[in-house]
Amino acid sequence: MSTPDGGTRPAPTDSGPRPSTPTTPTPKKDDPAMAQRIDVKDLNIYYGDFLAVEGVTMTIEPRSVTAFIGPSGCGKSTFLRTLNRMHEVIPGASVHGSVEMEGVDLYGADIDPVAVRRQIGMVFQRPNPFPTMSIEENVLAGVRLLNKKISKSDAADLVEASLASANLWNEVKDRLQKPGAGLSGGQQQRLCIARAIAVKPQVLLMDEPCSALDPISTLAIEDLITELKKDYTIVIVTHNMQQAARVSDRTGFFNIAGTGSPGKLIEMDDTGTMFSTPKEKATEDYISGRFG
Amino acid sequence: MTTTAADTRAPSPAPSNGPDRPRPPRRRTRAADRGFNRAFRYLATSAGTLILIALAAVAGFLLWQSWPALTSSGSEIASKVSFFQGQSSLASYLGPLIFGTLLAAAVALAVATPLAIGIALFTSHYAPRRLASLLGWVIDLLAAIPSVVYGLWGALVLAPTIQPVWQWVSNVLGWIPLFKGPAADPARVLLTVSLVLAVMILPIITAVSREVFLQTPKLHEEAALALGATRWEMIRTAVLPFGRSGVVSAAMLGLGRALGETMAVVMILSPGLTYSFALLLAGKQQTIAANIALKYPEANSLGMSTLMATGLALFVITMVVNMASRWVVGRRKEFSGAN
Amino acid sequence: MTVLVSTAFGIALVPLVWLLWTVVGRGIGRLDPYFLLHSMRGVFGGMDAGGIYHAIIGTVWVTVGAAVISVPVGILAAIYLVEYGAGGRLARAVTFFVDVMTGIPSIVAGLFAYALFSLFLGPGAHFGAIGAVALSVLMIPVVVRSTEEMLKLVPNELREAAYALGVPKWLTVIKVVLRTAIAGITTGVMLAVSRVVGETAPLLLTVGVIDSINFNPFEGRMMTLPVYVYRQFTAGLVPCNNPNVTCIPTINYDRAWAAALTLILIVMILNLVARLVSRLFAPKIRS
Repeated sequence: MSTPDGGTRPAPTDSGPRPSTPTTPTPKKDDPAMAQRIDVKDLNIYYGDFLAVEGVTMTIEPRSVTAFIGPSGCGKSTFLRTLNRMHEVIPGASVHGSVEMEGVDLYGADIDPVAVRRQIGMVFQRPNPFPTMSIEENVLAGVRLLNKKISKSDAADLVEASLASANLWNEVKDRLQKPGAGLSGGQQQRLCIARAIAVKPQVLLMDEPCSALDPISTLAIEDLITELKKDYTIVIVTHNMQQAARVSDRTGFFNIAGTGSPGKLIEMDDTGTMFSTPKEKATEDYISGRFG
Repeated sequence: MTTTAADTRAPSPAPSNGPDRPRPPRRRTRAADRGFNRAFRYLATSAGTLILIALAAVAGFLLWQSWPALTSSGSEIASKVSFFQGQSSLASYLGPLIFGTLLAAAVALAVATPLAIGIALFTSHYAPRRLASLLGWVIDLLAAIPSVVYGLWGALVLAPTIQPVWQWVSNVLGWIPLFKGPAADPARVLLTVSLVLAVMILPIITAVSREVFLQTPKLHEEAALALGATRWEMIRTAVLPFGRSGVVSAAMLGLGRALGETMAVVMILSPGLTYSFALLLAGKQQTIAANIALKYPEANSLGMSTLMATGLALFVITMVVNMASRWVVGRRKEFSGAN
Repeated sequence: MTVLVSTAFGIALVPLVWLLWTVVGRGIGRLDPYFLLHSMRGVFGGMDAGGIYHAIIGTVWVTVGAAVISVPVGILAAIYLVEYGAGGRLARAVTFFVDVMTGIPSIVAGLFAYALFSLFLGPGAHFGAIGAVALSVLMIPVVVRSTEEMLKLVPNELREAAYALGVPKWLTVIKVVLRTAIAGITTGVMLAVSRVVGETAPLLLTVGVIDSINFNPFEGRMMTLPVYVYRQFTAGLVPCNNPNVTCIPTINYDRAWAAALTLILIVMILNLVARLVSRLFAPKIRS
């Protein structure tokens, strides 16, 4: 949860901006801060008729960091985007198989993808704050863009809590009305994280969140990820194996046989095991830098 | 960490990436597409469709209104329409008008195209950046001036001033039918009109040509320069061949504009309905657009229908020219995209 | 060769400078508050009177009417092309015909509006709204093209950011895409307005001419500024025979020049403001 806990925050903060979507898979309504487990079974991902990723089965544990590694084009980002149905934003894209969050199929017939995305937030490769909005408005974007009413004090609380969770509050508290695009790259990315957690999702997906950042900003984001996993299920795609080793609890390795063939999940295990004694030869080759 | 999911079930025995795989059902998108989402999509789509309908309606209404004239005999039109001027049929009335329209536009194009190419090259390959943007602004200004102001200036200032020049031209080049003298005074003749039209279509030809010239691959240009070519040789060997089809389509766009221009012609030209190439004589030619604007006040119902028929002809001509030019541009896009 | 190319440019400058010089020189003398605030009602012969107030009213009404029709249709069509069409057959057809539509001669647009309204009201109807319809035929493609360009400039990342926050597509389009592009769209709309504000021929056919003020765009003829210029031009020189009456032989031309100057000023101001809007209010989008 973005707020440290329910004790210090007034109760309305939690109920006010919370999305109350009836079709939303929220099994544990009394505890919205609960991070959720995701089960993926036999997932095939298509772009039109092209099978991009094939037969992925995995479980993503709550309150932990799961990292996906693999060479370029192996489908790890594509797979990540299917977890909150961002995949289908691309025309012609579709999936076959099931993705369940705490037993609810995210691709069920009556599930609204928009509601899924409110439960499973996303942070992108390049920081993308809304250029027309101030820092404060960016944090509140998830609320304001949906025309939801929120009182001034609730909004201020939400902004502070979200920015504090993203380790950005102290840096920007004096210039909340300044445009978000005026921050440094690392700050912008943390602003995007604050924006994502202001919607109070249960899961946070991160698609190579540090690839456009310098080493110091990367360090700040990695520290943040370690803190956030207390409250969220975090899934991160990264090109950087050291990063996966540093931040993640479990690691999945994706690979591709060749151009035109589908990407596959080769192996998934605890991060320590993956980097010391992987079961598959391909994983070992990749980790030891023999290809990719 | 638990080990419940540690076993990797992913690497299944090599199923092929083929169409034999069951396709996912289409219902996936339905949940997202309802309520306001769907309403908004419909709204946007119908706005797009409305444009197609509007264009079809333009053609349809012109045809509908010109139908009485198209189906009446020449003698019937002649007896009812005051401005028919003893023509025997609609075709014989329309013929000189189409001729005049094409002639005025063609002369304008002949004047404007070389100038526009020169200006486009100047702004794309010669002028320093700052000057180039200033020049672009000046050319935009030419496009912003309303045609009625061009007409006013052409009729009251240009026509009297340029008459001696036309007289001189007819003295020197009078043996060419185009420049047969004596030049009319004041010079309310087709050459003056075409000159004004040329100024009016200069901006669009320049703008499109400049776009194209700027797209010349830097590699081609540098290759030419590296071979020791001068800037002009580089332009001749790299820029012009690359931009040729773009310039053609720019010129055709300009042609489309010139064909449809009304006020400058109405205000400057002394009209006549003949198939004459004499650019310096008054009372020889007229264009369709100008003729409509001039005859409209005195037109009765069949007269209006006759004018609609001429308007339909103008519409068809400009549509053909525009479509052809867009087609040339479209083909070019595919071509340069492959490079 | 440099000389030749530069000469071409010099030649292009001649008509522009010459024309502007003439219009300003001949128009500035009569362009005063009296001229702006009086109509032509009761003005005849060589009287040193009359103005363009009625024409300004008409131009404002007709242009605003055209914008009211064109802006929603144009922006929605552009949204369709960029956000929904996605290169489908209909979208390709719309793109092609929008391009073709930019080439419709203005007089043909006038004939179309005339024919459209004669279907409902019988032939010969003249009022402001018909002119607005005629101008919107010319204006819609310009609005579509410029809006389309602006929407394409909005980075896809912003759309994805909004989707990832659980914002439905239609709200994303309205509150993120349109809001990001709004300065550019405003500029495009103003440039489109400045393009149609000087149109004469279609208004001659649809709105007609009148000497007095008419505030109602749905009934009765209206004068518009470009048509006013044309009318004064066709009125020509005035024969002044009675030395006891103040009579200016060139009064009609004088008024035409002054009205032309007003028209050019309006177009220039629209252009200038449009450029300022895009420069001052456009958000900085990383390329």
